[in-house]
Amino acid sequence: MPADPRQTLPAHPVAAGASPTTEPVAVRVALIVVALAFLALFLVLPLVAVFAEAFRNGVDAYFASFDDPDTWSAVWLTLGVAAIAVPLNVVFGLAASWAVAKHDFRGKSLLVTLIDLPFSVSPVVSGMCYVLLFGAQGYFGHYLQSVGVQIIFAVPGLVLATIFVTFPFVARELIPLMQEQGVSEEEAALSLGAGGWRTFWSVTLPNVRWALLYGVLLCNARAMGEFGAVSVVSGHLRGQTNTVPLQVEILYNDYNFVAAFAVASLLAGLGLVTLVVKSALEWRYADQLASGRRH
Amino acid sequence: MHRRTFTRALTALVLAVPLAATAPGAFAQTTLTNVSYDPTRELYKEFNAAFAKSWKAETGEDIRVQVSHGGSGKQARSVIDGLNADVVTLALAADIDAIAKATGKLPADWQKRLPHNSSPYTSTIVFLVRKGNPKGVKDWNDLVKPDVQVITPNPKTSGGARWNYLAAWAYGREANGGDEAKAKAFVAELFKRVPVLDTGARGSTTTFAQRGLGDVLLAWENEAYLSLKEFGEDKFDIVFPSISILAEPPVAIVDGNVDKNGTRKAAEAYLKLLYAKEGQTIAAKNFYRPVSPDLADKADVDRFQKLKLVTIDGDFGGWGKAQSEHFGDGGTFDQIYKPN
Repeated sequence: MPADPRQTLPAHPVAAGASPTTEPVAVRVALIVVALAFLALFLVLPLVAVFAEAFRNGVDAYFASFDDPDTWSAVWLTLGVAAIAVPLNVVFGLAASWAVAKHDFRGKSLLVTLIDLPFSVSPVVSGMCYVLLFGAQGYFGHYLQSVGVQIIFAVPGLVLATIFVTFPFVARELIPLMQEQGVSEEEAALSLGAGGWRTFWSVTLPNVRWALLYGVLLCNARAMGEFGAVSVVSGHLRGQTNTVPLQVEILYNDYNFVAAFAVASLLAGLGLVTLVVKSALEWRYADQLASGRRH
Repeated sequence: MHRRTFTRALTALVLAVPLAATAPGAFAQTTLTNVSYDPTRELYKEFNAAFAKSWKAETGEDIRVQVSHGGSGKQARSVIDGLNADVVTLALAADIDAIAKATGKLPADWQKRLPHNSSPYTSTIVFLVRKGNPKGVKDWNDLVKPDVQVITPNPKTSGGARWNYLAAWAYGREANGGDEAKAKAFVAELFKRVPVLDTGARGSTTTFAQRGLGDVLLAWENEAYLSLKEFGEDKFDIVFPSISILAEPPVAIVDGNVDKNGTRKAAEAYLKLLYAKEGQTIAAKNFYRPVSPDLADKADVDRFQKLKLVTIDGDFGGWGKAQSEHFGDGGTFDQIYKPN
């Protein structure tokens, strides 16, 4: 979840000389320096290190690292898994947030808690759950084997694990916004004779479109970067069930350090792009995101 | 206008889905899956290419061998949970026993089906120390000196770690006139000096060599030689202890899987080639001791030192006994190891 900016930014721009805080300048400067140093040490430095290691033996070595069919199959697999998991979570997230925000029903708070479950459960545990359910010794293992369906240690297992860990991103982004927007516009549409679908497509969805894109962005970044859950269900078959994060680990353990960091730089690049687009959305459409939580 | 931008973005996303989803792995080709343990990455990379060539020459068919590497115990667990391995090439017999017992996919006496206890190559456990051996480590008893840190993987998940453990036990027993209690005390003392347990041998090697943790790495001999090759001979020295263990990493066909996959012929040829000249040469080249040294290059074979080696069958009553006694729930490892 993105941190609440109110905790890290000054609350409001203030006129020069009329500081709303009472702390002396030295204290404020010291706090800012500490915060910046912390960010540099724990965020910027590791990111720089990834690229420095990737280019350690020069640009040619960097690009030569991608001359490996296993790495390419990892890239395709990661794109494929995200291409299945993210749209499904858009549908789930829309449905869940629509149900929670626009309707009242029994067990609503239970549903909200369940949506948050993947945030509180360790990804490794969620991977293990799928092994327990669909592994050969699992509850459905015998049946799946008899019909010749492989879920664990194959692409379906990777997709399931990814859907699980990325489930909350879209719903969490939409629920507060939809709740804040209330149901008056929908009621107006209905009273003017629009049907349920039309109301959803013409009123509800357009109202949350940028928040939805924001959620998709975060969901996608996590789907492509997830390590723990997919590691448990992958089986680590080279060129077959390794996603990009798993391929990074394999290359590192193959003593192929430059290639490991070169592939890692792809993920770091994805993170940076996500950050830029996310900031752009926040800047341009701040009022249409979950504005109850942001400025 | 905003709405149109959004619709476009959504359309692009929807169109991208089938494109991306159909792209990976659309090739149909015979594949053979070898689930192996951690340090055999380089060995099987080379051997798989040799096998594909030999299979093509023999049958005219293209074949692709896909591999998975990890701690031997963890890999066995994956095969039990349904990882579709045609052949398993693990670090020790107990892990293949576990697969046979849990799945019934191979017979209990699988180890008798191929020569040399189904082990086409062997290895042993040695010490890797930093260049010049600054802590003066010469033998097992030097590992329990107060200022020495030892790196070994976790015996629960790693096969190499179990060989490490038993080799240490064998020393403790011999140094104390066969006293098992004193051997156990020695191993307990040794594990107090282990700051981190990785899940596989390769993880431990990178912990020691790349991250610079610890003074001594208890390593497969092949892994120790490979570290010299990968990181440079000026970085580390290998120390050969007075006594070690004959490590036999066995190979087996997983009958239940090859019959389902229709890959029995290829799997049999694969294991057969490991025992033939190609396999033995490549094994020796990758620092594994070939069971038929005369088939390998003499220069490679001459690198191996003669060591005093105990055996799992002769000194520990076989893996069936050693596994439950030392590494099962409540076994000696559980009794002595407390994470610190």
